[in-house]
Amino acid sequence: MPITVQISNSLRYLDFKTSNSNFLSQSFLIICFNNKILNQIFYSDISSYLPQNSCTRNFVEKAQEMEKCNGVCFTNLSSNHPITCFMAFTTIMLFRVLYVIYRTGMPLGKRATPQSFSTLIVLGSGGHTAEMINLLLVLQKDRFTPRFYIAAATDNMSLQKALVLDNSFAASSGFKGISAEFMQIYRSREVGQSYVTSVWTTLVAIAHAFWLMIKIRPQVVLCNGPGTCIPLCVIAFFFKVAGIRWSSIFYVESIARVKRLSLSGLLLYKLRIADQFFVQWPQLQRKYPRAHYVGCLM
Amino acid sequence: MGEPEDGAKPKRVVFVTVGTTCFDVLVKVVDSQEVKDELLRRGYTHLLIQMGRGSYVPTKSTGDDGSLDVDYFTFSSSIADHLRSASLVISHAGSGSIFETLQLGKPLIVVVNEDLMDNHQSELAEELADRKHLYCARPQILHQTIAGMDLKSLLPYSPGDATPVAKLINRFLGFPED
Repeated sequence: MPITVQISNSLRYLDFKTSNSNFLSQSFLIICFNNKILNQIFYSDISSYLPQNSCTRNFVEKAQEMEKCNGVCFTNLSSNHPITCFMAFTTIMLFRVLYVIYRTGMPLGKRATPQSFSTLIVLGSGGHTAEMINLLLVLQKDRFTPRFYIAAATDNMSLQKALVLDNSFAASSGFKGISAEFMQIYRSREVGQSYVTSVWTTLVAIAHAFWLMIKIRPQVVLCNGPGTCIPLCVIAFFFKVAGIRWSSIFYVESIARVKRLSLSGLLLYKLRIADQFFVQWPQLQRKYPRAHYVGCLM
Repeated sequence: MGEPEDGAKPKRVVFVTVGTTCFDVLVKVVDSQEVKDELLRRGYTHLLIQMGRGSYVPTKSTGDDGSLDVDYFTFSSSIADHLRSASLVISHAGSGSIFETLQLGKPLIVVVNEDLMDNHQSELAEELADRKHLYCARPQILHQTIAGMDLKSLLPYSPGDATPVAKLINRFLGFPED
């Protein structure tokens, strides 16, 4: 029956004392947010008479060890509740982000029943689109349905090409109904735009990307280099963290990149946002060992 | 190929393309007497320039006096037709233009735009030049490249294949291998 709450500042331990005695019988590691207990793991004082299974015993040892290492004792800090809550929230988010990063890159389990994934395809200009089309030609269309194509608002050619391509898929499969959608996204910065105005346009672009992603909530993201894929991939990653939608992000570095990754590629590689990262030249694979070398797409 | 022929000269077109970019330096260079003389010496009869968004306008010439026939345009929806009818292509380093030309099996000289800030484009051209699929040149030395090139030594480019990527994606998502 816990009643007294003691909160330590740095480690967010809550101590509870039993109501009928002042004797500290149980200690809880509690992470709370907005006064609601989200997650609690408890450990008991060895002296207490709690059921001692191996799990709790392990935890007791760990917690006591932790206490020793950090030199933290359970101090009374009931006054800074909001700060604690904030820190607790941050900790949860941190753990969640770490978990998502840990899970990213792990293959999904084998599928017994055939399932199709809603797929977001980010198109770039010129060479990028040509490479993406080569990839789409060899993917099984029934596994990647519905498909959402996104291109920059200033780029009409790419969506046009995708439209022609997707219509040929529909014609060959005889599939009736909507299997593809085509969307345009604002670019954060046009070539030659001043940096002052680009602050505003970047905000608009991010908001627009967010709106599109909420509508699509893709399970698979395919992208190959244009800068527009960065906000979309970051939002997809955020959806994973927030538990809105788990998605697998595939990035194919452009064939034009032989020795160095593009900025988009570098970000997605270093931040471990991409589940699988493909490069088209062996030199790049040697430099970035987590990448897969797949040979030329063109 | 590349040697001057006697008698009635067959039409041998050099097609210059800058894609959607602005690459005045290249247009200016191919319009220079040095390069035009060299092209004539190698047996080419026509020079067709796609100048994109550039502002430098080359001088048109009909080539009646035995000189090179020079013509230009800004953009065209039928770049592929021009590439197909060309005997030699001189292109900017964009991957789209490069692979479109290579897949048509046309001899290609890629000229790298040194004015671009992030000059990653030269990477691809240099790699493909190392693999003997094309010649890579800087604007200043284009005429030397044309004089020294041996088109017979170029290796045909076999088009790439996206199935390895598709296989890895399918495996990752847990789809059965086919």
